[in-house]
Amino acid sequence: MIRRLFPHPALAVLLFLVWILLANTLAAGTIVMALLIGVIVPLITAPYWRDKPLLHIGWPLLGYIGLVIWDIVVANFQVARLILFRRNRDLNSCWLVIPLDIRRPEAITTLAGTISLTPGTVSADVSADGHALLVHALDAADPAAEVARIKSRYEDRLKRIFR
Amino acid sequence: MNGAADIIIAFLILLGGGFALIGSWGLVRLPSLMTRLHGPTKATTLGVGGVLVASMIYFPVYHRQYTAHELLITLFLFISAPITANMIAKAHLHRQGMGIDPNPADDIQEGLPESEIWATFRVKQGEDDDRQGVPPAGPPAG
Repeated sequence: MIRRLFPHPALAVLLFLVWILLANTLAAGTIVMALLIGVIVPLITAPYWRDKPLLHIGWPLLGYIGLVIWDIVVANFQVARLILFRRNRDLNSCWLVIPLDIRRPEAITTLAGTISLTPGTVSADVSADGHALLVHALDAADPAAEVARIKSRYEDRLKRIFR
Repeated sequence: MNGAADIIIAFLILLGGGFALIGSWGLVRLPSLMTRLHGPTKATTLGVGGVLVASMIYFPVYHRQYTAHELLITLFLFISAPITANMIAKAHLHRQGMGIDPNPADDIQEGLPESEIWATFRVKQGEDDDRQGVPPAGPPAG
């Protein structure tokens, strides 16, 4: 019964919180509306979430978010330095192919988004069978090392979050 | 109290503005579309992030208003920025792969690894592509 009413509990909680934050009040009407949205939207969209529980909310997830924010700040300075002080012909921009061990679409999407947000790399495409990610790097002197860094730094952590 | 807050707010706004400017400058000077794509995706993360954190300090200190809208803006940016970059990259790959209006400076075909396996170039999806029930990550192929 509970399972039927809440097919996707994490999504329900997220929608509830986002609605409260949007309204920016804790009035009774807002909470009722947030509850309604948190219950109804997952029910309507349930057919699109094929594999049920996917996200493990806990320390690995929080640690991952912190790591990504830290990497964004650090790497922004690196890219700013590249843009300001590196001549175009000295840029080692290249394509990277990242073979994927993770198979869940949600995990691959998260990895692709992380790669795009951390400066210096933009994810461009996924292979048709979903087993490799095409990434463009602004400046990678050693492409193999960059691929290994992305795999060990992000993908290994995502494996623990999406199971 | 307000003096210290002023300094932090001014620093954060300058930092955010600086990074937005550098991102735009990268858009001007980098040589090809794929490298130019790095500029704007970066300006949104730290450039906008700096301004948003400044706003989160300014309103509680000066107006006693506590809002969480900055957090939501951050959330929406973090969702929309990679998708936008991904769509631009895919459209670019597609145009290059099909030879539509090729720009010599953007010649990605040389150096693009294993160009036949990517979802963008897979014009017709075979039966066996979906055998594991894994759709392509991100937005659907254009």
